[in-house]
Amino acid sequence: MLYLDANATEPVRPAAREAVLAAMDTLGNPSSTHAAGRAARKLLEEAREAVARHCHARAQDVVFTSGATEANALAIHALGAGRVVLIGTTEHDSIRAAAPEAVPVPVSADGTLDLAALETLLAMHPDALLCLMAANNETGVLHDIAAAGRLCAAHGARLHVDAVQAIGRCNQDWLGLGASSFALSGHKFGGAMGAGALVTAKGLEIRPLMRGGGQEMGRRGGTPPLPAIAALAAALAEPYEAERIAAHRDAMERAAIAAGAVVMGAGAARLPNTVCLALPGVRADAQLIALDMAGIAVSAGAACSSGKVTASHVLAAMGQGALAGQAIRVSLPWNVEEGAAERFAAAYAAMAKRALRPRAALA
Amino acid sequence: MKVVVAMSGGVDSSVVAGLMARAGHEVIGVTLQLYDHGAAVGRKGACCAGQDIHDAKRVADRLGIAHYVIDSETRFQQSVISAFADSYAGGQTPVPCIACNQHLKFGDLLEMARGLGADAMATGHYVRRVEGPDGAEMHKAVDDTRDQSWFLFATTREQLEFCRFPLGNYASKAEVRALAAEMGLAVAEKADSQDICFVPSGTYAGIVEKYRPDALEAGEVVTEDGHVLGQHQGIARYTIGQAKRLPDAAAHMVVKKIEPGTRRIVVGPRGVQSAEVRLRDVNWLVDPCALGANVKLRARDTLHPALILPEGNGALLRLEEPALAAPGQAAVFYDGTRVLGGGFIV
Repeated sequence: MLYLDANATEPVRPAAREAVLAAMDTLGNPSSTHAAGRAARKLLEEAREAVARHCHARAQDVVFTSGATEANALAIHALGAGRVVLIGTTEHDSIRAAAPEAVPVPVSADGTLDLAALETLLAMHPDALLCLMAANNETGVLHDIAAAGRLCAAHGARLHVDAVQAIGRCNQDWLGLGASSFALSGHKFGGAMGAGALVTAKGLEIRPLMRGGGQEMGRRGGTPPLPAIAALAAALAEPYEAERIAAHRDAMERAAIAAGAVVMGAGAARLPNTVCLALPGVRADAQLIALDMAGIAVSAGAACSSGKVTASHVLAAMGQGALAGQAIRVSLPWNVEEGAAERFAAAYAAMAKRALRPRAALA
Repeated sequence: MKVVVAMSGGVDSSVVAGLMARAGHEVIGVTLQLYDHGAAVGRKGACCAGQDIHDAKRVADRLGIAHYVIDSETRFQQSVISAFADSYAGGQTPVPCIACNQHLKFGDLLEMARGLGADAMATGHYVRRVEGPDGAEMHKAVDDTRDQSWFLFATTREQLEFCRFPLGNYASKAEVRALAAEMGLAVAEKADSQDICFVPSGTYAGIVEKYRPDALEAGEVVTEDGHVLGQHQGIARYTIGQAKRLPDAAAHMVVKKIEPGTRRIVVGPRGVQSAEVRLRDVNWLVDPCALGANVKLRARDTLHPALILPEGNGALLRLEEPALAAPGQAAVFYDGTRVLGGGFIV
């Protein structure tokens, strides 16, 4: 199988795997006072310090969570209380569902935030909380966080960055760019599923969603998943070969265009590993199935828990109309191998050729 | 060969997937998501997928085959649910399962299977496909009580060539359930599905009310010479030959005609049979010609000997004995166990 769905989950880094096993061999609960508890606590705090160093934050401002869905919900709960919440129209469901009353900030046809519209909205709601993703999970399009940060600072608004797809791929000093907080998820950069974090600017108070036993300095109840947290910290330290991955991605993109595809968000700055390819007139689910049968794992739109593929709200927000239901996402993993682009190109061309034959037009 | 199996999550199609896998074929299970389950049961936040999709996935896991869920909600809404309400509003008595088979299973899904390079599509219908001298023939299931051929008459000859119906040869449902148990499928004891899948409560008036409220507006019940006997609560609640839900003044009478324009229900003495029945959109599974055959005019009906005369895309039936024929229902022609074709009653 050729795995090209890294934005769903990155393959586990070997260092993360070792960290999981070492953590599982560490007896004790970090909350316990005895020697075993202290050993577990040491692992936990070392992981916290590693995250802080990597993200230009203070260790005491790192709150471990179960993942980014919880970190995003916690940010909106704690930092958006009493404020109008503004969200980009291409945000992930974990933001959209946590802020059902949010005021949408539109994006341009290339998927980047409409900064003029943002400025207007901030003028109307100066103490708002703006939630913005660093990189879009479907298209890889990067928002100009620095510009959004400046606008928020000028109006006195808070900025929460959903940095899930960007962390580990194009690291930036999110707090230095003006963010009050940002969310990350370990398995999106080669850690294990089950651990993420909310990182905040100095001194911001986090009211918990779950109080429990007062873990994480009273900011998140529940025993922390030590193996997954250790994996998160280990994966974060691994190098990322952005140029090599981008070269493979570009080769796949060129081959798909030659076979009839249209690249979504083509004009914008994007993640090095992601391309969203629409094949006009061909249903996304049919493309996905054909590629899966050819041994290529990609994804499309938003997958409901049934597994049915629905039209992408991201592409709809970009004004792509029918193409929103005809696009697949190709996201290359950190360990993409030589020859992957050639294999993808052949499978994509064969799929497109079959699908575009008159009788198989499934749109 | 490469076979796409239409999997509903029920025991029948699960066994078909198992049989195809057992025969050594490359099996691709596909479940059509026809409607939003969460919305259908009216529970906010409920998953869009119901238990059936979950069951289909678990059967695929057990069999070690690929499985996909296809979003067919828009198509189902237009081609089946909305058409169902429109048909009632037009004074007819629709058969939504036929529309679903015709447009979704043997239409869209079959095209998708071809597009994926499959050699055949198998379903859990109780009907037999027999290789004849002039290509594939459709025959009634061995188990007459389970036979679904009446619901499948609109399958074209070209579609039939591509289809497989392994369950048509089994003598009983008990045998199929035993097979499911033998294959270790958790759905072996699952209850049979009910009449109309998108009407969970069993009353279709709610659907009609949503899409065609005009068909539930009150109107007059009249005799054939125009005497008003009382009121009715919507033409969608009536079908030709019905005696229920008529005003007391119409006791011992039945519905003879439904007039959507004036919203009138015309009643008369029992015996609304006709000797001549016109059909539209006839699908022929033999070369079209005037022929004598046995005709079935409802899902559960006896056979009526008749002469069938093709008329353009339709046909004229001359029944030997007059019979009850409700517009919107199907008339299917049989020669012994073989299905020769069928059409919709006008």
